[in-house]
Amino acid sequence: MERQIVYESRSLYRDDFRVTGFAFGQGEPAMCIVGSMRGNEYQQLYICSQLVRRLGELEAQGRLVPDRQILVIPCVNPYSMNLQKRFWCIDNTDINRMFPGYALGETTQRVAAGVFDQIQRYQYGVQFSSFYMPGAFVPHVRIMKTGYEDREMAVRFGLPYVVLHAPRPFDTTTLNYNWQIWDTKAFTLYTASNSRVDRPSAHQAVEAVLGFMADQDLLRYHRHGSFYLSRVVESEDMIALRADRAGFFESFVVPGQEVEAGEDLARILDPYLGTEQSRVTAPAAGTVAFVRDEAMTYESTTVVKLIPSDD
Amino acid sequence: MIKTVVRVGLPVGEDLHIRKNRLSPQTGGPGRRVSIVTGTHGDELEGQYVCYALQRRIQAQPELLRGTVDIYPALNPLGLNSVTRGIPGFDLDMNRSFPGQPDGDMNEAVAAEIVQDLLGSDLCLDIHASNIFLTEIPQIRINELHAAQLLPLARLANVDLVWVHSNATVLESTLAYSLNSRGTPTLVVEMGVGMRITKSYGDQLVDGIFRLMAELGVWRGDVPEVRAPVVSQPPEEVAFLNAPVSGIWLKHLDHGARLRAGDVLGEILDPLRGQVLCAVTAPVDGWLFTVREYPVVDQGSLLARILPGGER
Ligand SMILES: [Zn+2]
Repeated sequence: MERQIVYESRSLYRDDFRVTGFAFGQGEPAMCIVGSMRGNEYQQLYICSQLVRRLGELEAQGRLVPDRQILVIPCVNPYSMNLQKRFWCIDNTDINRMFPGYALGETTQRVAAGVFDQIQRYQYGVQFSSFYMPGAFVPHVRIMKTGYEDREMAVRFGLPYVVLHAPRPFDTTTLNYNWQIWDTKAFTLYTASNSRVDRPSAHQAVEAVLGFMADQDLLRYHRHGSFYLSRVVESEDMIALRADRAGFFESFVVPGQEVEAGEDLARILDPYLGTEQSRVTAPAAGTVAFVRDEAMTYESTTVVKLIPSDD
Repeated sequence: MIKTVVRVGLPVGEDLHIRKNRLSPQTGGPGRRVSIVTGTHGDELEGQYVCYALQRRIQAQPELLRGTVDIYPALNPLGLNSVTRGIPGFDLDMNRSFPGQPDGDMNEAVAAEIVQDLLGSDLCLDIHASNIFLTEIPQIRINELHAAQLLPLARLANVDLVWVHSNATVLESTLAYSLNSRGTPTLVVEMGVGMRITKSYGDQLVDGIFRLMAELGVWRGDVPEVRAPVVSQPPEEVAFLNAPVSGIWLKHLDHGARLRAGDVLGEILDPLRGQVLCAVTAPVDGWLFTVREYPVVDQGSLLARILPGGER
């Protein structure tokens, strides 16, 4: 294992801003794994730290395939993590809206350009990311339909779902999109949580990545834990269920749970009276993909997402 | 007449209201419609004075109004109330949420209702105040895609600069793009600086709004002379100056200054060591139309924009 500085810059009063990478093996740039880009992505950092630990052990056991290099960047944004702010400290910009970056541009464009310069030639790219909505997800691989996406390969992570989604205008500035445009096979992995560490889900993600690497002949490794035959779903087929009232949010279901049509999934309570104001009901049978995990909800906010049943 | 454009329930005993005031002519039909929109970014306040001053002048001679003026002072009321640029609670930039979706999440549904309410205006002015970091000369920004229709209107708005961007930089999720691409002509005004009101800029723009209203037949009174703006169009390139190092920015020249190549715009300082880290100089002769106000800079922070060339 070789610890390296992927990008750095000086600050007036803080320690240098450093993006740190961990390289395993030498040779062809085979696989790059990127963790948190936003200051509240603790689960993403945790998963990468566990991957660094496991890859270090596997390298010591001589299980890496020769002439292949693996790079893990657990955190692209330590500055924001250290102040518990989701986006960039001074101007609140999102590094994952700045790719491929611009070395002479604004601060986060420079960070994106500096990092992308180091990671764009890898054959496979994996990013652990998060949505802006606070909640728990069923673990899945997300790939953007750029025309270069590889859904058969996405299935090889062995996570329960592969979600395909058509890029919207602002998606073209994400790492995933730019990786694909520059010939890296790119996958974004979502696990159960973001700002809280969920260890079982993190363990599943670590095994998914190691298993994928074994499949691509980067590693001699037998996967631990369950390997799912992923179901491939289009993101527009997911059913978003919204709260029709604001108030306390109480859910009856967890991600991954199968539900029947007409089943009650959650309810909203009046914030003053404690009485039930409305219920969120499944319009069709399916699997719960997302559940909000905040105490309260605004009106017309997505609180549950369902993947409808196959049949 | 005050109307609620959007209402959404907040968690604890409060509704979010986005309101507009509709000024209608005393006689005749509704005529053509001009919409004045601001307060999308909760830290930009220059438009607040414009909404006020425009109405005061119309109220002084209401009989001269021949069309409808809709005034939306606060598209992001929660942001304005909490010194928050984006939408509080979501950390989202509202001006990246348009055109929205009627059946989408709260923010998408709100954006869709705002667009729906503004569509059909004969002219919309979307007033911004840069941000808390930069000060801007009163200017209108137009995307090349819509320049043919918008440039003649922009010339009447009494701004100092009209900056036509190349369409490579189009942001499809802004309010202006959403309206322009649906046939409602929308001018984006940038002027002044965040968290402040520059009364002279507000009065200047109100003069321009009266000139535009007269052009559209919405106002029948006398209108002030308006200045002819400098117009910058592709392929002309604006020079961007970014901070080469992190430090404390001390500006030497104000926005609007005429520059010669080599003039010092400001310095980046290290107060811990009492040193100048670098002097920032103009790379070309030109006009300083944006300058950084906020002293703390990271490497890369924008310090200035310069329109190359001499006096025009
Ligand atoms: Zn703005």
